Parts: sequence; structure tokens; C-alpha cells
Amino acid sequence: MERHGLLINYQFCSGCHSCEVACKNVLKLPRGKWGIKLLENGPWEVTPGKFEWDYVPTPTQLCDLCADRVAAGKKPSCVHHCLSQCMEYAPLDQLANRAAELGHKTAIFIP
Amino acid sequence: MKNEWKSQNSDGSYTVRTCGWSPPGEHPVGCGMRLTVKDGRLVDVEGDEEHPITNGRLCVRCLSLPEYVHHPKRITTPMKRDPKDRGKDTWTPISWDEAWDIIIPKINQLKADHGAESIIVFGGTGREACLYYYPLAFASIGTPNVSQPISGWSCYGPRCAITDFILGAGYPEIDFAGNYPDRYDNPAFTLPKYVVTWGKNPLFSNPDGFFGHSIIDMMKRGTKIICIDPRVTWLGAHAEHVCQLRPGTDAALALGFLNVIINEELYDKEFVEKWCYGFEELKERVQQYPPKKVAEITWVSEETIVTVARIMAQEKPTSIQWGLAVDMNPNGVQLGHSILALTAITGNLDVPGGLTLGPPSSLLGKWRMETRRNLSEELWDKRLGAKTWPAVGAAMATTHPDETLDTLESGKPYKLRMAWINSTNVLAPSSAVQPQRWYNALKKMELIVAQDLFHNPTTMALADIFLPLPTFAEHNGVVITNYGRNAITLGAMNEALRVGDTKSDLEVCMELGKRLHPDMWPFETVQDFFTNQLQPELGIDFEGLSELGVYQPEYTYKKYEKGLLRVDGEPGFNTVTGLVELKSTLFENWGDDALPYYQEPPYGPLSSPELFSEYPLILTSGARKPTSFHSEHRQIATLREIDPYPVVEFHPETAAKLGIGEGDWVELENMLGRCRMVAHLTATIHPKVCHAVHGWWYPEQDGEAPNLFGVWDANLNTMIPHKTIGKLGFGAPYKQMICKAKRVESSSIKD
Repeated sequence: MERHGLLINYQFCSGCHSCEVACKNVLKLPRGKWGIKLLENGPWEVTPGKFEWDYVPTPTQLCDLCADRVAAGKKPSCVHHCLSQCMEYAPLDQLANRAAELGHKTAIFIP
Repeated sequence: MKNEWKSQNSDGSYTVRTCGWSPPGEHPVGCGMRLTVKDGRLVDVEGDEEHPITNGRLCVRCLSLPEYVHHPKRITTPMKRDPKDRGKDTWTPISWDEAWDIIIPKINQLKADHGAESIIVFGGTGREACLYYYPLAFASIGTPNVSQPISGWSCYGPRCAITDFILGAGYPEIDFAGNYPDRYDNPAFTLPKYVVTWGKNPLFSNPDGFFGHSIIDMMKRGTKIICIDPRVTWLGAHAEHVCQLRPGTDAALALGFLNVIINEELYDKEFVEKWCYGFEELKERVQQYPPKKVAEITWVSEETIVTVARIMAQEKPTSIQWGLAVDMNPNGVQLGHSILALTAITGNLDVPGGLTLGPPSSLLGKWRMETRRNLSEELWDKRLGAKTWPAVGAAMATTHPDETLDTLESGKPYKLRMAWINSTNVLAPSSAVQPQRWYNALKKMELIVAQDLFHNPTTMALADIFLPLPTFAEHNGVVITNYGRNAITLGAMNEALRVGDTKSDLEVCMELGKRLHPDMWPFETVQDFFTNQLQPELGIDFEGLSELGVYQPEYTYKKYEKGLLRVDGEPGFNTVTGLVELKSTLFENWGDDALPYYQEPPYGPLSSPELFSEYPLILTSGARKPTSFHSEHRQIATLREIDPYPVVEFHPETAAKLGIGEGDWVELENMLGRCRMVAHLTATIHPKVCHAVHGWWYPEQDGEAPNLFGVWDANLNTMIPHKTIGKLGFGAPYKQMICKAKRVESSSIKD
């Protein structure tokens, strides 16, 4: 089967944590465990008054890319609920093209 | 959207489509979701992809809804406690009939012996309850006294009042194509070139009807952002310009922008000539605010002031989204007035991609105000503080909040004897300032009824009867953005399940009302009530709205040209002069300046230099997190995992001087009070400013008095003064106080 991944266009990730909680709901994870975890870079000053400040949700070893949901025709729960709609799920070659199209601050994860 | 709103699943569960409001607390955005119930339990919440605004997206508060609905500490049956035991956990479950048998004779006795005005209803902000606590007072109980116990009515009310006075319209919301099923692609919509977020972080703030991440939708399409905020937020870090101003100096900044736009003649001359009143006087006034002087007042550089002013005037459309910082400022009326003037003279009012205007009230919002007809003129005249503060009295159907505390304490002009607290946690640091004074004053009540879902510091300290509310998953309702003051969407809230023996705000209004004022409540069921509301304007009944899911009323731009804003159907605005009042006829009548002006915050380096030498940090507060709605959600483990403690932000240089490190407990103190929070060091805040969060208490701690779930430990509102408000009675300094800070060993003030 074709391999799929998660694309994160993290210039728009606002750090809302919806992916984390949506994921916990699916995987029934307790406190202290995550299927996807938000990492934060910054805020630090690039030039006076201009900050680098990014959130990047990172799928963990517990992530199965929502196999059951996908089999039922749904999106992975993190992708579905992301408030910024900055996450996409697709076959890897499609994601590579999409990343090139977005062009800026985009990552592809294969958990 | 599909017509079917309820469906049976193969595993015996069923799924109900609904639009969210509260409880748990949220403003009326109406996010779309599907709730799945199995064996009487809410087992799944899934965002509804068909919803035209939220498209399946949900925040962490809705995603953790099952945890809230089935929380072991939730109260799902009415409770009573002997008033002698206030503060003790000695509650006894009772039936609803038993509750009515205590409440109704007391209301009747107080009405007979002291008049209905001796009863007061308190409500909080933004929750569904705020549609119903006015009718609860006016039409179910029969008292004119409804109170939002927040100093200077500093939440949403001022913005609505200013808009009513200056434009004669409902709430001005930025155009985010919310009225169109096809949204941003609709040909009638124009994408704003810039959105200015002023004293608001729309991504996480409580939005009254605006789905915050629509800002991101528009940024993806090319909208640029300008943030006006004392902190550089994440949105600020992704904005084209940030005006990182000294807290509370916003009105000076607004007048500085007006100075540039007017003196450089960048304004929309046709609009000003045809539709504005008092331009020449405004032009003269803004000469007092040249950019150089404004830069000194606000700390925003002269260059940024000029650049941003030019963008606002020249890049069309540009919309300004104003926030709570307009309300929480004794100079806020002048700030709001200036922001509306900026929008008007740059030609961004009621145009595609600009600022949309709704009617002053419609549908449920209108009904809410009309229930006042149950009260005689004589009774209405007794509304606390309405005559002393005529601007508040004219714009709000409530008491004046600060006068209310004075009356509770003094018994003048008459004694209040019974309080009904509907969904507001008065003692927690959310709304009331000087909460110890409210605590002591409310203790004198003969009976206190509270409606909520969990015990909180206020119910544990003060209530005698606890009436349990259902969550929005558990009752029928209608969610209308901006409470009807600018209806962008109307959503059906459909009951998916009911845990325990609870009654919704409307159900309580109806049950009590039918017993005390039956002529005001001629509806058999909640559905009948909503059908009665919807049928005349929308031509559908409640079931029809459920099938529709979301109704998006059509929007007409430039209503002032078409006679759609004025009651008499003439072109123009629904104000005294029929024009946008750059100079206000009403403000002058009420004893304030007719033109906007800047006034220093009541405490700070310039207005209280002696105090400032002792308390040398400027304290701002109230920035939102997605994990809570004011003081709600603190007992939800999933959300506490994300935000475990209250946080105060310092600049690293400031923290170093004070010997404070990341993660240390810190005590903030000023001449009025103190609180403890965990330090977070960040260069996104000015070295002279610190920022503290609001709404914190500790449900995991002992609830009995005097601890009251640790309500006094992180209680920022002990540090904010009573009745230090604007000339018209609006606006208190919640976001521009002063303090000092020191490192401490624990979270508890007692240690």
C-alpha cells in the first residue's frame, strides 16, 4: 500500500492544542501520553521587535495516522479538528508536491 | 447541510448534530459538531465539516466535552444548604419541587414586604445565560435589578453602547464572509487587505460571534495583520506591524492615527462630507495629538504610528477588530469613539471587507429587552444607579455594577435582600473587582440561589439553593452571534442527552415564570418558545432550524444609503443627527466631552508617581488561553495538563533584576491586594510591564471557607480598584494597574 504522511504548514499553526486533544480522544490516551505533541520554537528576537515563534505538532510513535478513521472514509482526527487547517493527510508523493506549492515553513512527517 | 440532524448508528449509539454555546462557557459562535451518545453517555464529539464557519474544526474545550459532561464532581440534582452553613460543604440533594417551595414563597414575601426591587439577579459574561438572566429578572421574578457585577460594565457593554451612541447600530464586526454559505469565494465579499486587531487576540479571545481562526483563513488568502497590543502575541509575531503600546494608552494612539490621516488628507472625503457630523471639530481636536507626542505617551515609535495610519487610510478595505481592551479602560469610551471614527473616515464602514453593522437588537436579543414590559415605570425607575449614570442607564438594561456593590454595602437607596446568581463566579478573578467586598456584602442576603454545573468558590461561599444546569449538549436552544446585535449565523442547539435532573436557563425562566408571572410565559415547551421567536422573521419553526442546522441571514452593505439603519426608513444613521457622530451630541448631554480625548491611566508613572516608585511594574491582564472560559474548566484534567497553573509573564531582564526564574512562584502586590502565579519569562513583553492571567482557582483544593478552593491565592482582581471608572460610568482599569513582584516558595498566600 502507498505510504501516507502528515503535512504541517507550520507558518499557520497557532498552538491551539486541538490536535493533541483530538488525538487523545481517538487513541484513548491518559495524561502524560500523546499521539501528537505540540513543540514550540521561540519566541526569540531575530531583529529588534521581530520574533521567530513557531509551533510544530509532531506525531509520536503512538500515531497510527488514524487507520480506523481513514478506513471509514474520514480524515485523521488531528487534521479534521485543526483550527488553522494547517495539517493535511495524503500519500507522500502528493504531500511532497503540496509542500513545494506551499513553499514556506512546511514539514512532512512519517510517524 | 443535510436535513437529517439525528441519526442511528449500527452499534446502538446515535449521533446528534448541534451548534455549541454554553455551558460550559463560550460566547455565541455556534461551532458545529456531531455528538455521539451510547448507553446514556456522550462518547464522541466530532467537528461538523458541513458547518459553513467552522468546517469541522473544534477547540480543546469542545473536544474535552465528554469529560465535562460526565465529570464526577458535576452537580446534577438541586441542592440546599442552611444559610447558617454558608461556606461549609453541608449540601443536601432536593427535588425541583422542593426548591421551588423554598424560592417562591420567599420571592412573594420579599415583594410584599419590601418590593420586588429587593431581589437582584447576577449574570456573567457571554454565556447562553446572558440571553436569559434579564428575562429571569424582569419576566420570571419581576425585579428591575439585573447586574453584571463587573466594574464599569467593562465587558462588551461599553462597545455596544458606544456604537449605539455614535452609529446608532448593533455590534460592528469585521467582515469575514460569515453571511455567505460559500464564504470567501462569494462575489459580494472583498478580502480585507489588512485586519487590525486592537486590544484583542481573536485566535483565543472570547469572540461574541466571531470564529477566531477565520483570521488565519484570511491570512492564507493574503490578508495582512496589524496588532495593537502591549504584548507581542503569536499573531503579532506573524503580523506585518505591531504597535506594542503602554497598557491603557490606546486612546492616544487612536487620536495619533486620526491626526496623521486628517492632516495628510488621506480620509474618504465623500463619506465624511455626506455621512459624518463634527469633522471640523474632530480635526481641531486631533491637532493636540501629533505623532511625536503620541509616541512619547504610548511607547509606539513615531514611524510606526505614521506607517500604520497611512495603511488604514490607503489600503482598502481595512477592518479594525476591537477587543475587551476598549471596555477595560476608564478612557475606553473615547477609545471606542476614536476607533469608530477611524473606520468611518477611512471609508471602511459597512462595506465589503470592512466593518459590518447589525441592528441594535433582533430576534432573541429583542425579546430579551422586551420582557421589560412586565415591569411598571415606577419599578423600572428603581433600577440601581441608572439615574446617577444616565449613559449606562440608557444603553444597558442593568444596574450600574459599581453602584450595586455600594448598595449591597450601604443598604441605600434601599436594602437588597435576595440574590440569584446565574452562571457567574463572582469571587473568582473574572469579573468583580475587590471580591472580598462582594463576598462580605453578599453574605448579608437572606436567600441566595445559584445556577451552575459545579461548585465553585462563589457557590460554596454563598449559595443556599443550587440549581443544576445542563451543558449545551443536554438542552435545546438557539445560538445567535452577537446575541442578535449582529446576527451572522443562527444555529440550532439540539439536545443529545440529559445527565441527571437539570434544567436549562430557559427551562428555569419558564417554570418560575409560569408560577409567578404566567402571562409573560404563554409557551408550552421550549420548542414552542423558539418557534414563536423564529416563525415571524425566518418563517421556520424550531424543528425547521434543526433541519437547517445553521441559518445565515443575508447581508446588505451600505445600509446608510438605503434607509436600512434608521427606524424611520430614511437614509443615514440611527443617531440624533442622523450621521456618524464624530462629535457626540449625547456625550455632551451627559456631562462628558463631545469629542474623543486621551486620559492617563489612573495609576502609573505619570498619574501616581509616588505609588509607582513603590510598585514600579505596569500590570496588564486577561489574555486568553484556549483551555478555559474565564474561571470555568479548571477541573478538566485534559485541559489542566495543557495549562496547569496561572502564569505571569515578565521580560527576562526584569525577572533577572528581581531574582525570578522561569517556573518560580511569584507574588504580585500593590496597594490594594496581591496574588500568586508562576513566572514565565519572555522577550515579547516590555521590560516595564508584566502580564497576569485571570480566572484562576483550584477545584482540587478544600472548598470550604476560608480556603474556598484557594480563590484568594491567584486572585488578581483583589489588585484592581472599585469605582475607578470613566466619566460616563463605563470602563475600569483591569488592564493597566501597577504592582511589584517577588519570588515566593508556594502558590498559597498563607505560606
